Amino acid sequence: MNDEGVDIAKRQFLTSALTVVGAVGTGYLAVPFLAQMQPSVKAMAAGAPVQVDLSKMESGQLIRVAWRGKPVWILNRTPAALETLKTMDSLLSDPQSRDSIQPEPTKNPYRSIKPEIFVALGLCTHLGCSPTFRPEIAPHDLGPDWKGGFFCPCHGSRFDLAGRVYSGVPAPTNLEVPPHRYLTDTLLVIGEANMESGA
Amino acid sequence: MKVRLAACGNWILERFPLTKLWEEHMAHYYAPKNFNFWYFFGSLALLVLVNQILTGILLTMNYKPDAQLAFDSVEYIMRDVNWGWLIRYMHSTGASAFFIVVYLHMFRGLIYGSYKQPRELIWIFGMLIFLALMAEAFMGYLLPWGQMSYWGAQVIISLFSAIPIIGDDLSLWVRGDYVVSDATLNRFFAFHVIAVPLVLVMLVFLHIVALHEVGSNNPDGIEIKKYKDKNGIPLDGIPFHPYYTVKDVAGVGVFLIFFAAIIFYLPEVGGFFLEADNFIPADPLKTPEHIAPLWYFTPFYAILRAVPDKFAGVIAMFGAIVVLFILPWLDRSPVKSIRYRGAIFKRALFLFVISFVALGYLGTQPATPTATLFARLFTSIYFGFFLLMPVYTRWEKAKPVPKRLTKEPSLDGLIPALKAAYEEMTIKPDNGFVLFGSTEFRKPNPQGIRNVLVRMAKKFKASLD
Repeated sequence: MNDEGVDIAKRQFLTSALTVVGAVGTGYLAVPFLAQMQPSVKAMAAGAPVQVDLSKMESGQLIRVAWRGKPVWILNRTPAALETLKTMDSLLSDPQSRDSIQPEPTKNPYRSIKPEIFVALGLCTHLGCSPTFRPEIAPHDLGPDWKGGFFCPCHGSRFDLAGRVYSGVPAPTNLEVPPHRYLTDTLLVIGEANMESGA
Repeated sequence: MKVRLAACGNWILERFPLTKLWEEHMAHYYAPKNFNFWYFFGSLALLVLVNQILTGILLTMNYKPDAQLAFDSVEYIMRDVNWGWLIRYMHSTGASAFFIVVYLHMFRGLIYGSYKQPRELIWIFGMLIFLALMAEAFMGYLLPWGQMSYWGAQVIISLFSAIPIIGDDLSLWVRGDYVVSDATLNRFFAFHVIAVPLVLVMLVFLHIVALHEVGSNNPDGIEIKKYKDKNGIPLDGIPFHPYYTVKDVAGVGVFLIFFAAIIFYLPEVGGFFLEADNFIPADPLKTPEHIAPLWYFTPFYAILRAVPDKFAGVIAMFGAIVVLFILPWLDRSPVKSIRYRGAIFKRALFLFVISFVALGYLGTQPATPTATLFARLFTSIYFGFFLLMPVYTRWEKAKPVPKRLTKEPSLDGLIPALKAAYEEMTIKPDNGFVLFGSTEFRKPNPQGIRNVLVRMAKKFKASLD
């Protein structure tokens, strides 16, 4: 290149200035490009609450409903199951549910508003598989310590009938309890919390 | 007519370096003359890439990337589109074939030290291809929108949520929704069909450019460029075309026999190439009883499950791939090929292959306590092979490396050896029963079989020294 009579300093300044302007422009363009992959307004609005009628539920029965596309479990626990919950502490990693997500009215030993009705998000806190409901006591594949609960088929995480995670399994926290409240004694709303605490 | 054609050719050659490209990369690209079986897999990978692109384009003509329509559109391709079943099976079998070919290609690199100086960059481009291929396969697997598609994606995207602080936002950004949904399917389609294939093709180009710059390695791990004739042509080199183009065509023929056999007779391969649960439409409320990824991800999946902590498990799984990138700098042996390496490396590699295959098997099995224990053992061996390499490759006593390429054993020697082994392993019965004219019916000879097996075991043991 013929550099004769060229102001090198000016050329360098222009090159640097142009690089900076280009980089800033690319940065600005990256924002809409990346942000368009965020959940759309429609996806964010799709989280409407779900009403469930519990009047026909039998003791020991589990029903699954979809809320925001996720499985929500409603389990009617038997009195015997509620009794075993008190004996689980030594097997669990967070028996008091201190590190777990649950709304205020369910911060109690049963992790529920009504002791027998347990509501939980049916997704393992490890990698989001839906654990299977295994209410039987000590089945051969789960071992003699099994007192009924939820077993994740993907990576072997175990939860008791209050969704509390066993220690020594991949899942880090207890199953999440979604916000929910009772409209009447048997009509449950998932996705809305009570304004005042308590049921 | 001929004159016109030549004129037309000249018109192009004056404007585009066609002859130069052909000569540099085919007719005057000198490759070592002793390529063996292991050197088929590079060109086969290219063949499978072309197969995936062609069949993929045809599939998009009838596939619908919509959570409501996707599953049915795949069934429509299978049942109602003319030859749709063939095109889809070519694509699904091609995906598994791609990984078989690439794993064997990588193993070739391991045994002959093809990742070592001066080919580090070829290895890194290759590992990037492997990574892009895994992303491509994972996103493609969501598209049929079956149960395995759905829950596989759910698990793998949740891996990102294990990253502290940004994890949850990151997985939300990848999904584009709070659960795997239509938004996820649509963007995976875009990535699978446009973004990742473009990256793959670019990387393959870079892989080959880098290869042709430094030249191919060979089973002896000797640089052929050290000894050249007076024209500057390596004495142990032969032009890629026609020698290796013809050799590779033979390899393609054999490959296509296996490929066609699977497509026509065994397209699901007992759940290994297409899983049974994926013939059930995606159900966000129910995870299949037993979920496992496709076979090519199972070694890494087993590593993920072997670690009892969520974040550490994800780190270990990605670490198992990242560690491959730094392999050229972990290996401190002065010798490339396994033929001249010491016993320590051979045994380490043997253990590594065993543990990789075992992890692959364990990844397909349910996570029982015993299986987890074995997975932990093999995970330790996997990482031990790489992370202890700087130590044990320094200890190993390499054998002297010849200056020029050695002669490959030929098939002609193998046939008499096989015949002799057969004679030793069988015995002529007393009654002299004759089957089909002159063919003698021979009984198995237990003593002979034992002798042959002991000899083979001794030979194998000696080959590890």
